[in-house]
Amino acid sequence: MALQLSYEAFNKVLQELKNEYKIYAPIRLQGTGRFSDTDVVRYGEINRIEEMVIDEKAHFSPKEILFPITQTLFYYTSEEYQEPKEEDKKIIIFLRPCDIHGVMRLDQVFLKNGSLQDVYYERLREKVKFFMIECTEGFDNCFCVSMGTNQTESYSAAIRFGEELIIDFKDEELSPAFEGFGKTVDFSPEFIQKNKVEVRLPDTENIDNSLFEQDMWKEYSQRCIACGRCNFVCMTCSCWTMQDIAYEDNPNNGERRRVWAGCHVDGFTDMAGGHGFRKNYGDRMRYKTMHKIYDFKKRNGYHMCVGCGRCDDACPEYISFSNCINKVTQIVGEEQ
Amino acid sequence: MDINTKKIKKNAYRVTKERGKTALRIRVPGGHLEVKYFDIIKEIAEKFGDGSVHITIRQGFEVPGIDFDKIPKINRMIAPIIQGLELDYGVNIEEVEQGYPAAGTRNVSACIGNKVCPFANYNTTDLAIKIEKSIFPNDRHVKIACTGCPNDCIKAHMQDFGIIGQVEPVYDASRCVGCEACVKNCKKRVTGALRMENYKVKRDEDRCLGCGECILKCPTGAWSRNPEKFFRVVIMGRTGKRNPRLAETFLEWVDEATVIKIIQNTYDFIESYIDKEAPGGKEHIGYIVDRAGYYTFKEYALKDVTLGPKAKVAQYIDFGGYKYERNVYFDKNSK
Repeated sequence: MALQLSYEAFNKVLQELKNEYKIYAPIRLQGTGRFSDTDVVRYGEINRIEEMVIDEKAHFSPKEILFPITQTLFYYTSEEYQEPKEEDKKIIIFLRPCDIHGVMRLDQVFLKNGSLQDVYYERLREKVKFFMIECTEGFDNCFCVSMGTNQTESYSAAIRFGEELIIDFKDEELSPAFEGFGKTVDFSPEFIQKNKVEVRLPDTENIDNSLFEQDMWKEYSQRCIACGRCNFVCMTCSCWTMQDIAYEDNPNNGERRRVWAGCHVDGFTDMAGGHGFRKNYGDRMRYKTMHKIYDFKKRNGYHMCVGCGRCDDACPEYISFSNCINKVTQIVGEEQ
Repeated sequence: MDINTKKIKKNAYRVTKERGKTALRIRVPGGHLEVKYFDIIKEIAEKFGDGSVHITIRQGFEVPGIDFDKIPKINRMIAPIIQGLELDYGVNIEEVEQGYPAAGTRNVSACIGNKVCPFANYNTTDLAIKIEKSIFPNDRHVKIACTGCPNDCIKAHMQDFGIIGQVEPVYDASRCVGCEACVKNCKKRVTGALRMENYKVKRDEDRCLGCGECILKCPTGAWSRNPEKFFRVVIMGRTGKRNPRLAETFLEWVDEATVIKIIQNTYDFIESYIDKEAPGGKEHIGYIVDRAGYYTFKEYALKDVTLGPKAKVAQYIDFGGYKYERNVYFDKNSK
């Protein structure tokens, strides 16, 4: 069922929904950006729909809502441990089709990768409803169409932003909040069919260890600075590390946290004794690339990368991941 | 030839090596201008100069080889420059067609600032223009420059007032992945104000310069900007024959209004303490401060200034530099 309603009316719906949900959308943090007089656009809670940024891609992905950058898993004493209290409220996230596909990848990693589920992820994930932002234009560096992530049916509501809002909602749980607002219309969301950037995907059957020796990685050894921005803005990078914090005054007590880790960042492969597998930055680029467009697919049947292009947006050295995929394809041949 | 050199000097012309020839100095507050003004400068240089122009260290243009009698005509020609680069900024100049009314207070220069540079913490040209508006025209010899960050590309440390951009880095520990990019960088390139503690970063406020490098390096946005702009003011740096020296820090973490106010107040200090016997009535502000003392200067500069909660004021300044005359220290005749 689809409704057309004014922004004002939708804000009343949001107020109603806020009793039960925390509502996340890309918001603008004015003047807090990396460079002076620039803004950050990233996920945060909204009160009104006007606070949401729709004309710009969020610099960071919504994965941080489901998979927080720092997450306390439990507090411990010498005798026992205790998990932090679970958040009561459910969660609504405004996001685009590529990011919805991204959450599916996170589900694969945290919930369907072997026999055990990651309960910390699962607890948050169960609470989430998607409000899909209709995305027909895309942005610079997007290549969702190439990755087949431009389209999805997995949403509770889909929203077209115009003079008024048109909302297709599939989830009956939402009905009460919308009751009495707007008029019924015919609507199904449209999806972008062509990006400015097109990527040709490699034939994964042709990829073997000989690719490791290709010259193409040497260029990245020179260019990459191992800052990890590509990892941290990525919707699907889901590596983390563990930190045990012993309280200074009483080291028998403390907490265990998990914190994001990135395969481009120093220390990622460090082992006891100081050995590291990929000291060379080009090797790190290769490792990441292979995970996104080769081994994840081999295991799960589809590519990990969703083509949001945030890695390209964020790289301070202007390294393009989409171009890197194209280079691999040029070497091994295109996927049929 | 009958030339009142005092008058033409105040009009931003100068006496040159070559008898009968003068040179015009054009001000470019904040060091940034629309290229349309190049046409005027080109025309003056070609028609009345020697076809060349010198780019001055203060970011003005000096057009040499001009006959003194062309001054009135050239002043009319530069009216659009004075209009666009002074009057339109709010600088009070009564007669737009009579050239610059003063030359003592020099062009306020600026690095390229945050219009272009990733390191800069504010729009240096905009602040330079605001300062220009608050102090020009003035015959007193004061040099001011605005620089975006402590890299100090404009050499604010060589000025009477150097305005250095500061940013307060705001840390969100929950966004920090402990990659140490900020810590390593601060140690190598800045002051080592950051250290790791329990996988998160601690900032030593006393060591932090407010350069913003940590924000630039942070891959997750754990470090972000306080959107408020802050400034460090370094004072009384100079070149010159008697005692060249780098400027020293007078204020830290002050706001824009304070920067402008203390510079304005300094002119009152000059009027009170300038050497009345100084050659040509001209004495550089730094030497006045040397004579009157930092505490007296500070009292004048901070008059009616309300400092913000983060502001810091130097309690004491040990000006360095060196003197060429060894006799200042040593006298072979004394016992």
